[in-house]
Amino acid sequence: MATRQTQFLARSLLTPAVGLLFIWMIVPLALTIYFSTLHYSLLDPGSEEFIGLENFRYFLTDPAFLASLRNTLVLVGSVLALTILLGIPLALLLDQPVVGRNFVRLMVIAPFFVMPTVSALVWKNLLMHPVSGLFAWLAKLVGLTPVDWFNDVPLFSVILIVAWQWLPFATLILLTALQSLDEEQKEAAEMDGASAVSTFIYITLPHLARPITVVILIETIFLLTVFAEIFVTTGGGPGLQTTNIAFLIYAQALIQFDVGSASAGGLVAVVIANIVAFFLVRIVGRNLEA
Amino acid sequence: MGQITLQGVQKSFGPVHIIKGADLDIADGSFVVFVGPSGCGKTTLLRLIAGLEDVSGGKILIDGKNVVDTPPAKRGLSMVFQSYALYPHMSVRGNIGFGLKMVGLPKDEINRKVEAAAATLNLTPYLDRKPRELSGGQRQRVAIGRAIVREPKAFLFDEPLSNLDAALRVQMRIEVTRLQKQLGTTAIYVTHDQVEAMTMADKIVVLNGGKIEQYGSPLELYERPANLFVAGFIGSPKMNFVTGELALQRGAATIGVRPEHLKIERDGGGGWQGTISVAEHLGSDTFLYVDAGPLGMLTARYIGELSLHAGDRVSLVPDPQRIHRFDSGGNALRG
Repeated sequence: MATRQTQFLARSLLTPAVGLLFIWMIVPLALTIYFSTLHYSLLDPGSEEFIGLENFRYFLTDPAFLASLRNTLVLVGSVLALTILLGIPLALLLDQPVVGRNFVRLMVIAPFFVMPTVSALVWKNLLMHPVSGLFAWLAKLVGLTPVDWFNDVPLFSVILIVAWQWLPFATLILLTALQSLDEEQKEAAEMDGASAVSTFIYITLPHLARPITVVILIETIFLLTVFAEIFVTTGGGPGLQTTNIAFLIYAQALIQFDVGSASAGGLVAVVIANIVAFFLVRIVGRNLEA
Repeated sequence: MGQITLQGVQKSFGPVHIIKGADLDIADGSFVVFVGPSGCGKTTLLRLIAGLEDVSGGKILIDGKNVVDTPPAKRGLSMVFQSYALYPHMSVRGNIGFGLKMVGLPKDEINRKVEAAAATLNLTPYLDRKPRELSGGQRQRVAIGRAIVREPKAFLFDEPLSNLDAALRVQMRIEVTRLQKQLGTTAIYVTHDQVEAMTMADKIVVLNGGKIEQYGSPLELYERPANLFVAGFIGSPKMNFVTGELALQRGAATIGVRPEHLKIERDGGGGWQGTISVAEHLGSDTFLYVDAGPLGMLTARYIGELSLHAGDRVSLVPDPQRIHRFDSGGNALRG
C-alpha cells in the first residue's frame, strides 16, 4: 500500500464491505435508540408516544436490574475461572504423547459443537434431574439425598452447564499455544535444573499469558449474552436467581411485551459490555502487545 | 574437572540405529569438535552426553562416574542450543541467572555471578533487556553467558553459530575459542562446517553414519586421514581422488591428492594433462577446475594469482610426498 494508486484501490475495494457492515450495525442501533424513547407496549398498540428517558429510569430502578447485573457478573467470572483453571491442566494432559491422543482430543473438543439448547436439555433431564438424573442416581448409590439442582443451586447449575460448554474452547486455544512452545526452551530449562513445577511456572505459564488473554476476551463477549441455557433450564428463576441482563431484556420484551423498556435495557447492556471490555483490555490487554 | 569418556555408546530410535557404538576419550580442558554431514548422529551424540536423550547401550563417564542414569541438570554440564533457546519473557539478567535460581542460590550471589558473566561477554549494558530487543550476536552471547555462569564441568555447543551471518560467525568463532581457553573448561562443539572444526578444535571427531571415522588433532586429520571419508571431508576444496591404472601403479585402489599439493605447470610438462574448465581468481588464491580426461575433474589450488583461464591446457604434477593411498575398502595405506 505504498503508492497513492494502491491506496485508492484498497479503499475503493474495501468500501462496499465496510459500508454494508456499517449499515448492518447502525440501523438496529438507531432503531433501538428510537424505540427506547417511546412508550411502546405490544399490549397497547397505537399508543406509541415520546416519553424521553422514562424507559431508562424504569429499567434501571427495577430491582430486577441490579439482581440480573450481579448474576451476569457472577456467571461470567465463574465460567472464566472454571474454564481457565481446568483448561490449563487439561491442555497439559492432552499435550502428552499418549496412545489415541487424536481421538481423545476430538472427544474433549466435542461439547463445543453441541448447540446450547441441546446441551442444556441434556444436563437438565439426563444429568441434573432430581428424580431420574444421573447425579441423583449416583447420590442415592452412596446413600445421599439427591440434590434438586435447579431449585437449590440454580445459578451454580447454570454456571456448570456453561462452563462445560466453554471448557473445550479454552482447552483448544491453550493446547495449540502449548504446542508452539519451543522444545529447546524446555530442554534448556531442564539443563538449568528446573523441576517440572518450576518449568511450568517460569516457562510454560508466561508462554500461556497471551492465549489466556485471548480466551478471557473472547469468552467474555459470549458469556455476557448467555441466554439459551437459562431459557431452557430455569427460565430465569426461581425468582430472579438466574436472570441475567440478556434474559431480563427478553422478559421485558416478550413476557411483558414492553418494547420500549426492553430497548432501553438493550442499550444499558451495550454500555455494560463496553465498561467490562474497557476494564478487561486495561487489565489483560497489554499481554497482547508484542 | 571435566573428563568425559564414552564406552560403546549406542542409540537407536526404534529400528533405526543412529549411534552404532561410540568410544571416545575427551581430556579435561580440551576443545573437541564433532563434525560430519547432516544426519551423521553428531547432534544425537551431544544430546546423549547432555542427558536429553537416553542411551540404548554403553556408558558415559564424566570424571570417571557413569552418568547414563543421571538427569541432565545433575551431570554438571551446560548447553548452548542452536536456536539459543532464550526464555523470551525474562530479561538478560533473568536468562543468565535462571540456572542459579533453580539451584536456590541467594539473590545477591546470583546477581554477582550474572554480572561477572555479563562483563566477560560485554553484555553489561543489555542486562535489563528482553531477548527480542537484542541482535543475533548478542542473543548468542546471552546463551553462552547462561552456560558459563553455572561453572560447568563441560560446555556443550549444538551448532551455535549457524544462525549468524558469515562475518559475525568468524568473530564469534574467535570469541568462543578464546573464552574456552581463558576458562579452561572442557568443551564439546557440534558443527557441520569443517572450517569451524579445523579452526576451533584441539581435537576433531569425524562422524559418518553413526560411526566415529577418526579422532585426532586437526592437522593429524589433514595430514593422515584414516580413510576416504575423512580425506574427502576435511580440507577445502576437497581432495582429488584418482582410481584405476595410476592408483594400481602405487599399489592402492584409490589415491588422493589435495588441490594445494598439485603443482600447476604449463602444458607440455610431466604429470596429469588436462584443460581448465573453470578458473576462480580470488587474488590470494587461484582455484583451477581441470578436466583431466580419463582421470575426471581435478581441482588445483595455487597460492597467489596465476594468469591461466578457462580453455588453457595445463599439466598437474602431484607432490610425491603428499599422495594418500587407500585400499579397496577405503582405508588408508601407510608406508
